[in-house]
Amino acid sequence: MTHAIAQFAAIAATALFILALYWMNAPKTARHAVVAGVGGMAIAILATWIQPEIVHHAWILLAIAAGFLVGVPLSLVPLTAVPQRTALSHAFGGLAAGLVGTAEYYLWLGEGPEHFTTFRMSALVVEVILGFLTFTGSLMAAGKLQEVRWIPQRPVTYPGQNFVNLGVLGAAVVLGVLLVLHPTAPWATTAFPIVIGLSVLFGVLLIVPIGGADMPTVISILNAYAGLAAVAMGFVLDNKLLVTAGALDGSSGLILSIIMCRAMNRSFTNVLFGAFGTVQKAKAAGEQKEWKQESPEGAAQLLEQARLVVVIPGYGMAVAQAQHKVRELYDQLTKRGVTVKFAIHPVAGRMPGHMNVLLAEADIPYSALVEMDEINPEMPQCDVAVVIGANDVVNPAARYVKDSPIYGMPIIDADKAKTVLAIKRSKNPGFAGIDNELYVQDNTWMLFGDAKGVLGDLVKQFAGGGLH
Amino acid sequence: MTDYWSMLFVFVLATFIGLGVIRRVSRLLYTPLMSLTNAISAIAVVGSLVVTGADYPKTIRILGAVALFASMTNIVSGFLITNRMLKMFKKK
Repeated sequence: MTHAIAQFAAIAATALFILALYWMNAPKTARHAVVAGVGGMAIAILATWIQPEIVHHAWILLAIAAGFLVGVPLSLVPLTAVPQRTALSHAFGGLAAGLVGTAEYYLWLGEGPEHFTTFRMSALVVEVILGFLTFTGSLMAAGKLQEVRWIPQRPVTYPGQNFVNLGVLGAAVVLGVLLVLHPTAPWATTAFPIVIGLSVLFGVLLIVPIGGADMPTVISILNAYAGLAAVAMGFVLDNKLLVTAGALDGSSGLILSIIMCRAMNRSFTNVLFGAFGTVQKAKAAGEQKEWKQESPEGAAQLLEQARLVVVIPGYGMAVAQAQHKVRELYDQLTKRGVTVKFAIHPVAGRMPGHMNVLLAEADIPYSALVEMDEINPEMPQCDVAVVIGANDVVNPAARYVKDSPIYGMPIIDADKAKTVLAIKRSKNPGFAGIDNELYVQDNTWMLFGDAKGVLGDLVKQFAGGGLH
Repeated sequence: MTDYWSMLFVFVLATFIGLGVIRRVSRLLYTPLMSLTNAISAIAVVGSLVVTGADYPKTIRILGAVALFASMTNIVSGFLITNRMLKMFKKK
């Protein structure tokens, strides 16, 4: 009887999870998605809990209570910290998979060799390797995003790095294969922790050479790994619900990774082994053009006379928490009959969709958020393009500088606007370490400073009566 | 004996359903999508629950309890933050 309940619950939960993802296709229906997801999860948990083999209820209650204790504060982080929260949750997902795999291995070892079929043991090894490498890899990514002091932000590279990384992974895989072939050999209990250790190490090494600009892709790839680890767990435990839910997560990570890679014109291997943006060869110093700086007054006048203003936000807006000031500027301009659109590059920020969430938080209607492919044909009609803390995604060098690391990356055509206002924190190059000629174009004016401060000054020009 | 052919069968079908459904997800919602799928893949909770709650040796159950804690954290924070973000998307 309880077995039938469990089977039925698994089917119901699967259906609800698929419905949840289906409802994410439009903001209007998206909130049903959470209801369906929570429903599916609750059914799955309860149906497992009532199984007769579950006897230690206090342990379960304790672990669940601890999960709530940590989970609730984690859901309340400021939205600018969502990328690191997401990375952290991939880490937890990987950890859970790795630990369950480990527990099952030792359990079977104690109960007898009949448990170790080749299929199950292969799945278990995959689960443990994927789980633990996702765990440390995601922790590192979260650390880099949170700008933890002892984790270098800039990509760290050294000669032979790819060789070392692949060597570590290769060693883990070889040992894993040996374990599949001889799961109960006397050396197996030594080999198993070594596989774990190598996977943990590989996760760290994998992220060391990754820079900020690659984070959207890397987070998506780690998302796919976490999903695949859950699938492997499903194979190990002979649980179809785990397989389906993990596969849904895995395919989501895969699609996002592909979209992110395309938006940077790079391949998976190039992201993971390419160490973007470390080596910036000083360009043959041709004529160094000068920045032209603009005052808030001048900038406000430019904006007021515009008919179409396109705002191009980047990570700098997130860092400065400037989204609410952006909203104030949006209000001032729309009040004066200026059309304001927001051009969102797929890899702007540090994770997929990062800019959309921040702008939505500031109450900017999502109908004003426009994708890159849609806005680019409009850019020549744009009177003022306002670049807020974005750099590589508007760098015209991507179109024709063949030796540039961003060559071939699709960009938002800010340079085609009649006038460009660029808000920039400092005169340093962006995360990819590449000079941006957009800033020295004839029709570009720079506003240096923290995005929040600069936008605040701009808004004051409108609100303070300087302009009418 | 595990019927692993039917498991692989389920995996392949679920992947194709996932690819089909996720491709239609609004680009506006990629960040909440990630936190939602994250919470859903914390279905690993089912595995952790068994390892924690069944009558296994204590060390095994400790591993299970940590895994259960990790999955539960993902479920709670994943669904809550997804809901929080989705509330913000307004048309006008």
